[in-house]
Amino acid sequence: MNKNEELLKLENLKKWFELRKGIWANPVFVKAVDGVTFSLGKGEAISLVGESGSGKTTLGKTILRLYKPTEGKIIFEDKDITYYEPKKLMWYRRETSIIEQDPYGALPSFYSIYRILEEPLIIHKFGNSEERRKRIHEVLEEVRLSPIEDFAPKYPHMLSGGQLQRVAIARSLTLKPELVIADEPVSMLDASVRIEILNLLRELQENFGISFIYITHDLTTTKYFSERLFIMYAGKIVESGKMLEVIHNPLHPYTTALLKAIPDPDAENRKILRDVPPGEPPNLVNPPTGCKFNPRCPYKMDICLKEEPAMLEPEHEHFTMCWLHAKK
Amino acid sequence: MTENILECKNLVLHYTAKKGVVKAVNDISLGLLKGESLALVGESGCGKSSLAKAIIRLLPRNIQSYTGEILIDGQDTMKLNEKQFREEIRWKKISMVFQGAMNSLNPVLKVGYQVAEPLLIHEKLKKNEAMEKAKEALSVVGIHESFVDRYPFELSGGMKQRVVIAMALVTNPAIIILDEPTSALDVITQANIMNLLKRLKKERGLSYFFITHDIALSSELADKIAVMYAGEIQEIVSADTFYKKAAHPYSQKLMASVPTLRIDKKPEFIPGAPPSLINPPSGCKFHPRCPSAFDKCAKENPPIFDLGSGHIAKCWWFEQSEGKK
Amino acid sequence: MSSEGYEFTIKGTLKELITYKSGIFGTAFLTLLLTISIYTVVTLPYDQAVRLWRGEGGVWLENPRTAQPYWVKYFGQNLPETIKRDSTQSGQGGTVKIITSIPQSGMKLARISFTFDFSYDGFPSELNIFFSAKYNESAPLLNIYWVKPGGTEIKLLTYIPRSQNDKLYLSINTQVSSALMSYMSGILGKAPEVPLPTEYSLFAVEDATMNSTLTAKPLKGTYRLYIEGTLFGEDSDIDAKLIVYGKVYGLAGTDNQRRDLTVALLWGTPIALAFGLTASVMITFIELLLATISGYYGGKVDSVIQRITELYMILPFLPILIMISTFYKLDLPVLIVVVIVLSIFGGGIKSTRALVMQIKEYPYIEAARAYGASSKRIVFLYIIPKILPPVIPALIGSVPSYVFLEAALAILGLGIPNLPSWGKVINESFNAGALYKGYYYWVLEPAFMLILTALAFSFLGFALDKIVNPKLREV
Repeated sequence: MNKNEELLKLENLKKWFELRKGIWANPVFVKAVDGVTFSLGKGEAISLVGESGSGKTTLGKTILRLYKPTEGKIIFEDKDITYYEPKKLMWYRRETSIIEQDPYGALPSFYSIYRILEEPLIIHKFGNSEERRKRIHEVLEEVRLSPIEDFAPKYPHMLSGGQLQRVAIARSLTLKPELVIADEPVSMLDASVRIEILNLLRELQENFGISFIYITHDLTTTKYFSERLFIMYAGKIVESGKMLEVIHNPLHPYTTALLKAIPDPDAENRKILRDVPPGEPPNLVNPPTGCKFNPRCPYKMDICLKEEPAMLEPEHEHFTMCWLHAKK
Repeated sequence: MTENILECKNLVLHYTAKKGVVKAVNDISLGLLKGESLALVGESGCGKSSLAKAIIRLLPRNIQSYTGEILIDGQDTMKLNEKQFREEIRWKKISMVFQGAMNSLNPVLKVGYQVAEPLLIHEKLKKNEAMEKAKEALSVVGIHESFVDRYPFELSGGMKQRVVIAMALVTNPAIIILDEPTSALDVITQANIMNLLKRLKKERGLSYFFITHDIALSSELADKIAVMYAGEIQEIVSADTFYKKAAHPYSQKLMASVPTLRIDKKPEFIPGAPPSLINPPSGCKFHPRCPSAFDKCAKENPPIFDLGSGHIAKCWWFEQSEGKK
Repeated sequence: MSSEGYEFTIKGTLKELITYKSGIFGTAFLTLLLTISIYTVVTLPYDQAVRLWRGEGGVWLENPRTAQPYWVKYFGQNLPETIKRDSTQSGQGGTVKIITSIPQSGMKLARISFTFDFSYDGFPSELNIFFSAKYNESAPLLNIYWVKPGGTEIKLLTYIPRSQNDKLYLSINTQVSSALMSYMSGILGKAPEVPLPTEYSLFAVEDATMNSTLTAKPLKGTYRLYIEGTLFGEDSDIDAKLIVYGKVYGLAGTDNQRRDLTVALLWGTPIALAFGLTASVMITFIELLLATISGYYGGKVDSVIQRITELYMILPFLPILIMISTFYKLDLPVLIVVVIVLSIFGGGIKSTRALVMQIKEYPYIEAARAYGASSKRIVFLYIIPKILPPVIPALIGSVPSYVFLEAALAILGLGIPNLPSWGKVINESFNAGALYKGYYYWVLEPAFMLILTALAFSFLGFALDKIVNPKLREV
C-alpha cells in the first residue's frame, strides 16, 4: 500500500496488562496483544476474527487509545500517536469512533436518543444548536431510524436491541470519522436482526468511504463484510489476506481448524465428527514457548516448540505466522 | 415401529406477568422417538426454553395455566404429583443441560461432588460409590478424574460445559434436553462439545431434545427439526428435508437468513421483530412478517396440517394438501 | 447488562408508588406533615412562636396547668373546660358590673357579679381572679362571696388588691380555705379528716361524699361569684376577671407552664422536616460526590478518601455530638452544619463507591471516552445521573435518623434552647416527671409525631426502593 493511501499503521504493537498477585510479589503480565503489525488503507474495511482471549477486543481498544500501548507504534494519518497525552488526542477522538458490543449498555439510559447523539457534537463544539439538530437528523436518517420525530425524543429502554445498535452506529458517525472500530456489534442481537445491521454497516462504510475494523468471533458473518480477513490467536495475527483467499485456501493450522469447526446447515453434519484440535486457547500469562498454537497443532514440528515464527508471505498478499510455510 | 419415548400433546404453559399473560407454550404437540435427536429452533423469545421447562417441570411461581399431556415412555407425567415426578422422572428418565450452564455450577462446591450429587439424591448411593461413578462420568466427557477436587472457577468455559453434561448423564437417563448447550463457547470448543454429544448419543442410544436459535448448529445433531414461533410449533420435518426444502414460509425465511461459510449465498434478513407473547398478532402469528400471507392468515390461526411421513406444517397454504390433522 | 425497562421520571415514579401499600401510606403521611408545616409557618411565624414558647408577657396565664387534650372526654369523664368571666364584657354569661358613686364622699360602691353553669363530672383545677383597679392612693376594699346552686352563699374573704394589676389565687389563699373549712364543718357536723382543696369545697355535692377527694362529686348547676367593694377616689374603678381553670384544654393539652402544646407540636413539624431533609439531602449529595470521585479516579485519591471514611466510621457519632453541644451553644443552622460535617464521610460512601466502580466498566462510559468526553464530564454527566436513582430511597429512608437525632439531643437537654421542637417537649415532660404524675399525653403526643414522621419516610423509602431496585419488585 503506498503511503498516501494508508490511514493506519501498526508496528509491533503490544498491550500487556499488569496483574499483581500481592504487594510483595513480582508483577505478572497478561500479554493480551503481543506484537501486531499491519496497515489499514483509507476507506478500507477489514474483519478481525478470533475466539475469546485472542486479544482482538484489546487490539481494537488499544488502536483507539482507550488503553495505553505497552510497546510498538500506532501511526494514524502519518502521526505517531502511540504515546500522546489524552489532551493531545482530542482530534483523534473526532476522527475515530467505536461501536460497542452491548447495545443496552452502550447508551446512557437516562438521556433521550437526541441527547445521546448530541453529546459528541457538544464535546467537540460542533456548531450551534440548530446545526447540531440538522446533523442529528441527518445521521438518524442514515441509519434508517425514521420518522425521526418518533425516535429522537425516546429513551433507550423504549427501543429494541436492533434499534439501539442503530443509534450506537449513528452516534459513531456524527463527527464523520475516518476510522470506525466495531467490537462484536451484532453478537448480542437476535440472529434475525444481525444480517440487517451488518448490511447497514457495510452500506454506510461503502457510501462514506470510512475505514472499518469489524471485530468478531463469528467467521461466517465476515464474508460479505470486508475485503481482507485477519485471524488472531493468543495476541498475534496468525494469518491475514484477501477474504476469499483465506477462507478457501487457509495457510495457518488454526485457520484450518476454525474453518473445519464451523458448520453450514447440512443434514449430513450429524453423521460425521469434526476434525478439530482439542484443548483451549492458551494462558496469556504463561503462554507456551515458541509458536503459541503448538500444543494444539496437528502439524507441530520441533522448531515450533523453540522459536516463534516470523510473519511470512508465502503467497502474494497472503500472510501467515507458521513454520510450515518457511522456505528453508 | 419405534415408539415415541417423549410425547407432548396439547401442552400449554402460560405465565402471569405485570403486563398480562405470557402465552409461552400454546397448545404444542410433538414426539421424540427413541434414539432420535429433535432440534427445536426459533428466534429468541419464541418460548423454546419455556417448552423445555414445561417438559421437565421446572416452573416458576407465576403460572396461570399448565395443561396437556406429557408422555415419557408411555406414562403421562402430568398426572404425577411433584414428589413422584421428582423421584421417578426428573433426572431418572430425563435430564437437562441448561442455557448458560457454566453459571449453573455451584461455585463453592467441588466439581466432583456436584456431578455425584444426583446419584446421592436419586439412587441413594453411599458417598464413595457416588464419587466413583462421578469420576467415570467425567472421564466419559473427557475430563481427567483428578478434576474431582477442583472448584468451578479453576475450569475453563469448555470444561465447565463438559462437567454440566456429565451431571446430566450420571444417572443414565434416556432423554436429555439440551438448551443452547454451547452458547458462550468458542467455535472450536463448540465443535469439540458437539463431537462429544454425537459420540454419547451413538454409544448410549440417547434421545436428545436440542434447543437452539443457531440453524447451522442444529444440523450437527438433528434427525428431526421442530420450528417454533410465538409459542407455537410451525413445522416439524426430517432434517434431510428441512435444510434443503422447508415447507413453512417462516422456516424458509430462517434458512435464508443463515450466513454460510462454504456456500456462496448472501443471507437475507427477516423484516420486523418476533411478536410479544402477551399480545400476539391475530390469526397466524407469523402473518405480519410473512411474504406469502393472504387475507385468511390475518383472521384465523391455521391448524396443523399433515403433509405425510411425519411432516407437519401450520400454514394455510397447506389446507389443500393432505387434509387436516 | 440488559435493558432496565424502566426510566425514572417523576410522573412515572409517582404512578408506580401508588401501586404499593407502603407507597400510599408514606405519601399520605408525608403530605399530612408537609401540610402541617406549611400551615404552621404561614400562620405562626418563627419569631413569634419562639417568643410564645418562652412565655413572654405572661401569655399563658389563662390556661390551666397540665391539662389534657379536650377530646379525652370522648373516652372517659366529661372533664371541665376553662370558664372565663370578664367584668369588662358585661352581659356575657350573666356578668354584671355596677359602680355607684356615693355623693360627697369621694367613694364609690362597686358590685361585680359573675354567673356560670357548671355541669361537668370533674372538679376545676384552679380558680383565680385577676383584678385591674384604678386608684390614686387607697386601694379598694373588696368582699368576695360565693353562691352555690341551691342558693347557699359563702363569704370567701375580704381582699385589698396590692397593686393596680393584682392576681388573687383563690385556690391557695389561706383565708379562703379557712372560710371554707368552717363552712364544711358546719355541713358535715365535724371537720373533715383531710382538708379538702378549695376547688372541691367550692363545688362539691354537699353530703357525706364531701368527706374526701376520692368520693366527692361536683354539684351541677348555676354558680355565682360576686364582689362587693368600696372604691376610694373620684377616678377610681375596678375590673375583675374570673377564671375557673378546667382540666382539659385544646387539641393537645398544656404543660406545667400552662403552654398550649399544639404550638410545640405544630412547630416541631417544620423543624423536624427541615432538619431531617436538609441533613439527609446534603449528606447524601456530598457523599455521592466523594464516592464518585473516589471510585472513578481510583489511585491515591481513592485511598485517601477511603481511609478518611474508615476513620469516620469508627468514631462514635452521638458522643462527639454530645461533647460539642455541651461546650458550645448551638442554634438550628449551626447544629445542621455540625451534623453534616460529622457525617459526610459515612458508610454510604462505601456502597456508592462499589456501585460507581461497577458503572465505570459499562460500555457507555468507554464509548464516551472514545468520543472525547473528559473525566470531569463523565463523572458529572454520565455516572452521577446513573447512581442517583439507587441513592434516593436511602436518602429518604435516612431522614428519620436525623429527626430522631435532633430529638435525642433535645431530650438529653443538649438541644437548641427556646426551640419548640418535639424533643424539647419530651425533655421538659421528663424533667417535670410527667410519667410519674400520670400526664401521659404530654409524652405520647410528641412521641406520636416522631413515629408518624419515621413511618412516613420509612414507608416512602421502602416503596421507592422497590421501584428503583428491580430485583425487589414483586411479580
